[in-house]
Amino acid sequence: MVAKFYALVMMSLLTLCKQKDLNPPSSEPAAVDFEWVVQETNIPWGMAVLPDGSLLYTEKEGIFYHVSDGKKREVGRPEEIYLRGQGGLLDICLHPDFKNNKKLYFTMSRQPNGEKGGNTALFSAEFDGNTIQNTKLLYQATPLTTAGHHFGSRIVFDKKGYLYFTIGDRGDRDLNPQDVNRDGGKVYRLNDDGSVPADNPFKGNDGKPNAVFSYGHRNLQGMSVHPSTDEVWTNEHGPKGGDEINIIKKGANYGWPVITYGKEYSGLTITDETSRPGMEQPLYYWIPSIAPSGMCFVDADVYPDWKGNVLVGSLVFEYLERLELKDNKVVARHKLFEDMGRVRNVITAPDGMIYVAIENKGILKIKPQKK
Amino acid sequence: MNPFIIFLSTTFFLTAWFQTNPGLEESKERGKLVYEDFCVTCHRSNGAGFGKNYPPLANSDFLLNKRKESIYAVKYGMQGEITVNGTVYNKKMEALGLSDEEVADVMNYIYFSWGNSTTKMVTVEEVKSIKK
Repeated sequence: MVAKFYALVMMSLLTLCKQKDLNPPSSEPAAVDFEWVVQETNIPWGMAVLPDGSLLYTEKEGIFYHVSDGKKREVGRPEEIYLRGQGGLLDICLHPDFKNNKKLYFTMSRQPNGEKGGNTALFSAEFDGNTIQNTKLLYQATPLTTAGHHFGSRIVFDKKGYLYFTIGDRGDRDLNPQDVNRDGGKVYRLNDDGSVPADNPFKGNDGKPNAVFSYGHRNLQGMSVHPSTDEVWTNEHGPKGGDEINIIKKGANYGWPVITYGKEYSGLTITDETSRPGMEQPLYYWIPSIAPSGMCFVDADVYPDWKGNVLVGSLVFEYLERLELKDNKVVARHKLFEDMGRVRNVITAPDGMIYVAIENKGILKIKPQKK
Repeated sequence: MNPFIIFLSTTFFLTAWFQTNPGLEESKERGKLVYEDFCVTCHRSNGAGFGKNYPPLANSDFLLNKRKESIYAVKYGMQGEITVNGTVYNKKMEALGLSDEEVADVMNYIYFSWGNSTTKMVTVEEVKSIKK
């Protein structure tokens, strides 16, 4: 009886410990130098730095802004936006040859005219310095639903010229993430004109390759291409615990919701399984959840102290996380810009400068470190 | 007191209560789904809130005493300083994009869960009457 009781207490203690942070982040010892690029934002979502050094960014409520010489100007509002819950105007990404073709891409939750519900859509457009124009729909996820969460989304290009974008599981974890013929819970790969690469890993119901590149994801709001390996790295929100960093492999299954390190918001178990053959393990997982959004690799020429580091925004704990990695393992975590607000996005500009977007605050640029 | 009288008065009270709030249980059920979709990540599944930015909804004096402001917040979003159970919060909540029916349902779920209780359920008409 006593032994039983003891075992029970130990088990509860172990469960409690499991919820504890295994590798808690430390505060940055010295203040980080920065300057404001934009002051006053609502929910700045996507950012792109143009060849002339000016900044294009999206506000979730459905506005494109251009910031040049310290002046902020509205340059467009997309039509058919589905403003509900986590939905709205999401990421923006320049074409690799933007300098010559003025082309860019954006994602948003879209409700086609006259329809009920919405889902994530990818568009291309052009920016001539004045307005976002020639908007073209490249991909519309289906089905439309009134669920207000897990739209994703981020967009990147790798060096080979493929476009990758993400869509969350749209709140239907039992149907979407594990089915490669359904949208949601996926990383997608397309050519720059929106067509599907012939060597994409899965075939759709029509027997032709579809846009899906990897599956078994929950809600990906951070993505970046590794500067030397050209691999696509992502982060995604877990439920209660179990946020992940993953390196995306063609055709791979990342397990959601069959395996996870997270629990239901109520604390109940989703599954006891954290691994299974044929399913990828994350490079890193967070317990408790930091609610990651945005991700970038540090350019060591500009920030030599942070060589090889990855930066990730934390929505719920309101800081920018700096992760030190060694052989693709997280060895240390640090908190930057604590208590300034929910960090929605972080990018490395073409010149190596780091931009950080903070909700209801602004967008800042971190000053270069001395070599 | 006679157990029979207790039984009778309880039955009477419950019947009267349900008559003043017809459709409450159905509304709460729909509201739970809205809550789990739109609210749970910040205000948590037990309504306890989270940290210094996301106030509790369970046993919240703000909700009980400021019904109009609470419905307004769910309908249009909220901005500025508020005090909940003696603690000051100042975090913007964006508009959620809910229909008036969904606002009423989720308010009923919140008003009648986690030990919360109020006499009058929120109706679609009441939500409609709250203007920007």
